Amino acid sequence: MTAADQRPQAAEPMLVLDEVNTFYGQIHALQGVNLTVAEGEIVTLIGANGAGKTTTLKTISGLLHPRRGTVRFEGADVSKTAAHTLVRRGIGHAPEGRRIFGRMSVLENLMMGAFTRDQPTIPPDLDRVMTLFPRLRERTHQLGGTLSGGEQQMLAIARALMSHPRLLLLDEPSLGLSPILVQQIFSIVREINEQGTTILLVEQNALQALSIAHRAYVLQTGRVVLTGPAREVMSDESVRKAYLGED
Amino acid sequence: MTAIASPAAHPNPLARGLRMTAIAVAAVIAYLVVLWMALSLFGGRTIDAAFPEALQQTVNALSIGAIYALIALGYTMVYGIIELINFAHGDIFMLGAFLSVVFIGGITGNNEAVTNIPLLIILILGALILTMPIIGLLNAGIERAVYRPLRKAPRLAPLITAVGVSFILQNVALTIAGSGDRRAPQIFPLDWQISVGGAEISILSIFIFVLAMVLMLGLQAFVTRTRLGRAMRATAQDQEAAALMGVDANQTISLTFLIGGMLAAAAGLVWGLRFGYVRFDLGFNSGLKAFTAAVLGGIGNITGAVIGGFIIGFIENFAAALGYARWQEFLIFVILTLVLIFRPTGILGQHSGDRA
Repeated sequence: MTAADQRPQAAEPMLVLDEVNTFYGQIHALQGVNLTVAEGEIVTLIGANGAGKTTTLKTISGLLHPRRGTVRFEGADVSKTAAHTLVRRGIGHAPEGRRIFGRMSVLENLMMGAFTRDQPTIPPDLDRVMTLFPRLRERTHQLGGTLSGGEQQMLAIARALMSHPRLLLLDEPSLGLSPILVQQIFSIVREINEQGTTILLVEQNALQALSIAHRAYVLQTGRVVLTGPAREVMSDESVRKAYLGED
Repeated sequence: MTAIASPAAHPNPLARGLRMTAIAVAAVIAYLVVLWMALSLFGGRTIDAAFPEALQQTVNALSIGAIYALIALGYTMVYGIIELINFAHGDIFMLGAFLSVVFIGGITGNNEAVTNIPLLIILILGALILTMPIIGLLNAGIERAVYRPLRKAPRLAPLITAVGVSFILQNVALTIAGSGDRRAPQIFPLDWQISVGGAEISILSIFIFVLAMVLMLGLQAFVTRTRLGRAMRATAQDQEAAALMGVDANQTISLTFLIGGMLAAAAGLVWGLRFGYVRFDLGFNSGLKAFTAAVLGGIGNITGAVIGGFIIGFIENFAAALGYARWQEFLIFVILTLVLIFRPTGILGQHSGDRA
């Protein structure tokens, strides 16, 4: 069974956000966001704190629902679909702050990642993510809460991969990591993409994100203010000023 | 968030199990010795006469502690998953006790002990198999109908609703069964005893303890080794992250109430066998003690609830054995207060906020 067979409109990109407005109570966090991600891409979403990056990811994965506008995934409107159902439909989300299960072992965290999968497919998948992240193999039986920040981040990504997402949402995978680890995480993100997973990457570390992404969106107070190929966004003067630390 | 914590996959579960068993056995022996000494020093017995009595009492303490532990699990699991102190849980236990009286009484038609062992086993197991799912489903149904609509309400709302549900359940029992004691058929022969060193050990007490241990080990295996059990622990630790794994929180919460209700029903059944009566307000007293056990052990923690249940059983038994039965509750709550002053999270409770 391939995803392509189920797609009613092959012409439409994998993910389409159409005039998405999301609220936290009275706070209007997303104010008409338009965004697309095509199959096979790495798209990055950059912007300052509070711009709405995490809200965008949560609206896609179903943790939040838009009040107006639609989220379409593989042609179907998923605006009102619950998060736990969207995992089965092929959206994986490694959330902000890692959110690993601290009182479960690394193995149990990964098993949770495979919650929607059939039992026989799990061992090869475990092997696959442990090959991507050899540290996790060494720490199989250690409790998630006792891992270092970098290891927790690896676990969060690996756990999301266990559900075989066609679209992987990554929320600040580099946050709080040493420069060497940041490099490592980004090269693994690229590797995951090359193995066939589409990626939507939220980052504060704009330079790194832009260097591996195909396209980029710049978000500011709940609106997309700039979009284009990553290279072009990187050379945009306002972006260089605001996010790449140049003046 | 407090979580349903339980020993996670350990590289060597057998070693861990053996260590825990050793600690438990040591604790029981320590209690036996303390009670023996207390009986001979303050109970006016000679040291020789005090030992068999201490041994008998220790076994009784284990059986009453097992009942509290079974009830405490329902409090702790529900708290672990939705942070609700389910005040109606004691009344679920009470209804379990009533329902098993109805089943056993309905089948046997009298209150006599059944000495035919296979028949006795069939009766007790049959009553368990009928009562546990019914009470479990009732508990899950109450959650669905009453607590779920209040899931996003301020925390006081479901809490006070639980108090309301408690009153409703008590009054249902009061209306149907009346305000007095109703006899529970003591089909398990009370005169079955084994003599050990001059002590007459009640086989019923041993049976209750063993049954509770089987149920608790079953629960332990469920939460640590099965897919749904893991989902339950994950939901307790971080509901949103669990949803991102594909876990339906509603389903998991229903399952938690179902299991909690089933364990309470089992406790209700053995309560009737042991004490020979049931009453509409049974859930209040025992429920409060079981709740205390859950808090003492560290609310949200499965192992803690079991430990807390046995501690309450021991305290109660200690007071009764020395002739201060009226001081049981006083002693229980003094110890609870002391534990909470010096260790507010309970014996095994973790501090919240361990989210990475």
